[in-house]
Amino acid sequence: MDKIIQISDLNLYYGTNHALKDVSMEIEKNRITALIGPSGCGKSTFLRTLNRMNDLIENVKISGSILFEGRDIYKNYDKIYLRKKVGMVFQKPNPFPMSIYDNIAYGPRVHGIKSKSKLDDIVENSLKGAALWDEVKDRLSKSAIGLSGGQQQRLCIARTLAVEPDVILMDEPTSALDPISTSKIEDLIAMLKQKYTVVIVTHNMQQAGRISDTTAFFLSGVVVELGPTEELFYKPKDKRTEDYITGRFG
Amino acid sequence: MDKNDIAIIKSKRKSELIGKSYTTACGMLIIILTLSIFFFIASKGVATFTTDHVSIFDFLFSSTWAPEKIGSRGQPYVGAAIFIAGSIIVSIFAVLVSTPISICSAVFMTEISPKLGEKFLRPAIELFAGIPSVVYGWIGLSILVPFLRNTVGGLGFSLLAAGIVLTIMIFPTIASVAADSLRVLPSDYREAAYALGATRWQTIKGVLIPAALPQIFTGVVLGMARAFGEALAVQMVIGNSIKFPQGLTDPTITLTSIITMDMGNTVAGSAWNNALWSMALLLLLISFGFIILIRRISKRGD
Repeated sequence: MDKIIQISDLNLYYGTNHALKDVSMEIEKNRITALIGPSGCGKSTFLRTLNRMNDLIENVKISGSILFEGRDIYKNYDKIYLRKKVGMVFQKPNPFPMSIYDNIAYGPRVHGIKSKSKLDDIVENSLKGAALWDEVKDRLSKSAIGLSGGQQQRLCIARTLAVEPDVILMDEPTSALDPISTSKIEDLIAMLKQKYTVVIVTHNMQQAGRISDTTAFFLSGVVVELGPTEELFYKPKDKRTEDYITGRFG
Repeated sequence: MDKNDIAIIKSKRKSELIGKSYTTACGMLIIILTLSIFFFIASKGVATFTTDHVSIFDFLFSSTWAPEKIGSRGQPYVGAAIFIAGSIIVSIFAVLVSTPISICSAVFMTEISPKLGEKFLRPAIELFAGIPSVVYGWIGLSILVPFLRNTVGGLGFSLLAAGIVLTIMIFPTIASVAADSLRVLPSDYREAAYALGATRWQTIKGVLIPAALPQIFTGVVLGMARAFGEALAVQMVIGNSIKFPQGLTDPTITLTSIITMDMGNTVAGSAWNNALWSMALLLLLISFGFIILIRRISKRGD
């Protein structure tokens, strides 16, 4: 199995707060990896190291290495290029206050694509890839803010797909949505692994169980257990994992 | 409920009533005052058209200003076109030059260097906003006018001088509105843009400024209104010659300027005096227009 991201001895400090401790793991290509754990355990922080979004925060110190396709992303790696290859979908849908078309086209335009016909194709393919095309194809010039929550989140996924990433990071993508939108997006995520690699942070263990291939359990900045989802859920090796999964805390 | 409770309730009702009456009276006072001012100016302003029988078309579009002469049909020559043109040109100049500078300063203050912005730019802007217009006019008169005379020629007293002074005067207005509108943008937009691989400038230009545009525009209209209504500073540097300017270095005159200069010298009830009141009314109506425009834009932004 291809390892597309390899994390070794990752430590992260927010000032004096040691948020991630000696994290080592590998993300497999074309698989869905879920990161679970109680609030504040570091799973979102960890997710953000993978596309260097933590660079936006002051007083963050990182040690260790993260290799994306074999190259260390914190050493001599253009983070603009990194973010193109490793995209992110956020917890609260955050479409730009522009038309649906311009939302999707923003990414490609930023990376130099100017031709209208090319952009038209990209917009259509991205919206199809996010299972949103049929619902919005007749109103591409309308504002994205007018869409429902579930549609907005699928729009954000389409927006990420438009820059042709290899990896899609998702930070609790359905926690702000209703159950029906959630299940639509879960179906979408399951489909995405054919072309992309997905790393998803989720508070919802049932969701992790439903859609992921591999699961990592984080606790207080440490990866307590990592393994195939079925194993982790039904035969956890660590007592802390078992306690979390059975709901004794978290 | 005993006697004590009843007394407490009674005194509560009394202070409630006093509070309500007082605030209502203040509110009503402001409304009455505003309406009175408007009706007063309107009644004086329409005298030109009712008493002196000047047509509105002539007043707005004729450039013949000779209010002491009487024309063949018995009406005075009170064409205000030159003043109107002067006000419009000078305000548009100020807005066109000031807006890009203001927006860029706002971007610098909020996005590029928030610490420096807080420490230096914001106090500078507040300082600028507090300088009285007579001081702007005085500095314009003593420094800018001779400078223009020596560099670009002409008298120095010119459209250009007034435009430059106004540009600086409205800069704090537009810049602070622009900065506020950028500051209240949700950080979601920035995050989403960066996560797509945008650079900081691409984020500012492609997402943040377009998102803040409706609010920035209200700042621009506010600046325009301020420029249009500025009297003293403009009057001190514009030259006040009642002629259409042929170029930026020519002197000209504005509505506010002529009112400032002539009001004290005219006889109440004369055609000249009435014409000045009509110009005051025109300024008032244009200000109302700006306010309505601002409210429209703000509503659409919601």
